[in-house]
Amino acid sequence: MTGNRLTRRDMLTVAAAGTGALVGGSLSTTAASAAEPAATGQGLMDISLRVNGAEHRLSLDPRTTLLDALREHLRLTGTKKGCDHGQCGACTVHIDGRRVNSCLTLAAVAEGADITTIEGLGDPDRLHPMQQAFLEHDGYQCGYCTSGQIMSAVAMLKEPWGGSDADIKEAMSGNICRCGAYKNILAAIRQVRSA
Amino acid sequence: MEPFTFSRAADPAEAIRAGTAASTAQQGAEVRFVAGGTTLIDLMKLDVETPRRVVDINHLPLAKVERTSDGGLKIGALVRNSDLANNAEVKRDYAVLSQALLSGASSQLRNMATTGGNLLQRTRCVYFRDTATACNKREPGSGCSAIHGFNRNLAVLGTSDHCIASNPSDMNVALTALEATIVIRGAHGERNVPIGDFFLLPGNTPDRETVMEPGDLITHVLLPPPHRGARSHYLKLRDRASYEFALASAAVVLASEGGAIRHARVALGGVGTRPWRSPEAEAALLGRPAERATFAAAADAALRSAKPCSQNGFKIELAKRCLASALSTAAA
Repeated sequence: MTGNRLTRRDMLTVAAAGTGALVGGSLSTTAASAAEPAATGQGLMDISLRVNGAEHRLSLDPRTTLLDALREHLRLTGTKKGCDHGQCGACTVHIDGRRVNSCLTLAAVAEGADITTIEGLGDPDRLHPMQQAFLEHDGYQCGYCTSGQIMSAVAMLKEPWGGSDADIKEAMSGNICRCGAYKNILAAIRQVRSA
Repeated sequence: MEPFTFSRAADPAEAIRAGTAASTAQQGAEVRFVAGGTTLIDLMKLDVETPRRVVDINHLPLAKVERTSDGGLKIGALVRNSDLANNAEVKRDYAVLSQALLSGASSQLRNMATTGGNLLQRTRCVYFRDTATACNKREPGSGCSAIHGFNRNLAVLGTSDHCIASNPSDMNVALTALEATIVIRGAHGERNVPIGDFFLLPGNTPDRETVMEPGDLITHVLLPPPHRGARSHYLKLRDRASYEFALASAAVVLASEGGAIRHARVALGGVGTRPWRSPEAEAALLGRPAERATFAAAADAALRSAKPCSQNGFKIELAKRCLASALSTAAA
């Protein structure tokens, strides 16, 4: 059982890394053309971001979202870019313990706050209970929405929601899964909730 | 996204000073305040909003919910939608507001979005959001693509020949039924604006959505004391069960005594160019027994002046049923 679990986990780690590299790479090209300043001599801003407990000093275009700062400047590609308009939840991170869409948050606005990403939640050797539950219940297919789902689910358990499946579904409606893994995501959250 | 300079306001006066430099507080303003950013950053990415200066107001001391001396509530403009929805006093005394807030957007967005920002939320009309198309709200005089275009989710009440964009907010509908007052601080001091006067009809100037002037900063929203014995309810109808804008919604506050309705406040969402208070429905309710026939008559009255376009005629019947159902729940 344990061996089986490790194999599954290893497979996910490899798959997630592959997806991140491929999709992250193609998206960063788009992001660079859209988010980088034209050669107008616009000034950069010094911005300090505290991510997963570590302080980072960055020099950023004021237009940089927290999502782009995490992915393109800090290389924390676990946080995904889906719609980039606050409609899909793939970019969900925690700011001061609360879940937010990092795509609609300017990096400059997040200065001074405690930012937590999926990389700060757990690692392959010490998974967060929610990560472990997603593995055990197969709460994903392609894996692209998964980090957002997990960040959202962890924060959700600290919010004042009722205990029914309907409550969990409503609380998680800001995270879209195009593969349709909702049933297993629900099972994973239910397990952590009752643990 | 167009380039802008970013600064952080240390106090309201600094924010107001910065905002006063703009020529308008409406669409196209050169200076924008950012709080949650859920509307503004979205529209800046679409080049619908192109401020040259963005002022972060998140650090202003406006994030408290307080009881007022008259038993009402004073809500800071920076109180997040999720915190307001889950506030114990709001849940107890203004249930319709909590329900409306929780029916809007997603948990993530509600954690970001603020009371003041929600008041200024922009329409979801697809032409407003697409700079390649004509839109009188975004670009005055360019025409309205929606009147003969995709108008399924747009307004049937308060429209004009120049704009049929619907106000997308749930919170604003509840605040309208609760007769909230918007406290605005500006270059010439502070003023209180009843919510019924805050939003403007599109008329010939759909680009002008509120009475806000350059430099104006919403600091608070005031709620009157809860009406004794009244019950309230918010019902939202939409294309999917969650995380979707209203096709039609209703916020109602109702109190009966001796078998007759003695107090009624009715507002509709999703169908109006602004959060739609219906004095016609309220008049049809007052003094009448709280029963199905009364609610149906009120619903008819509320939609009597509705004007459908090619795709949104269904909203008239939908809004009627929505209102009748909300009234019936509040009276139960």
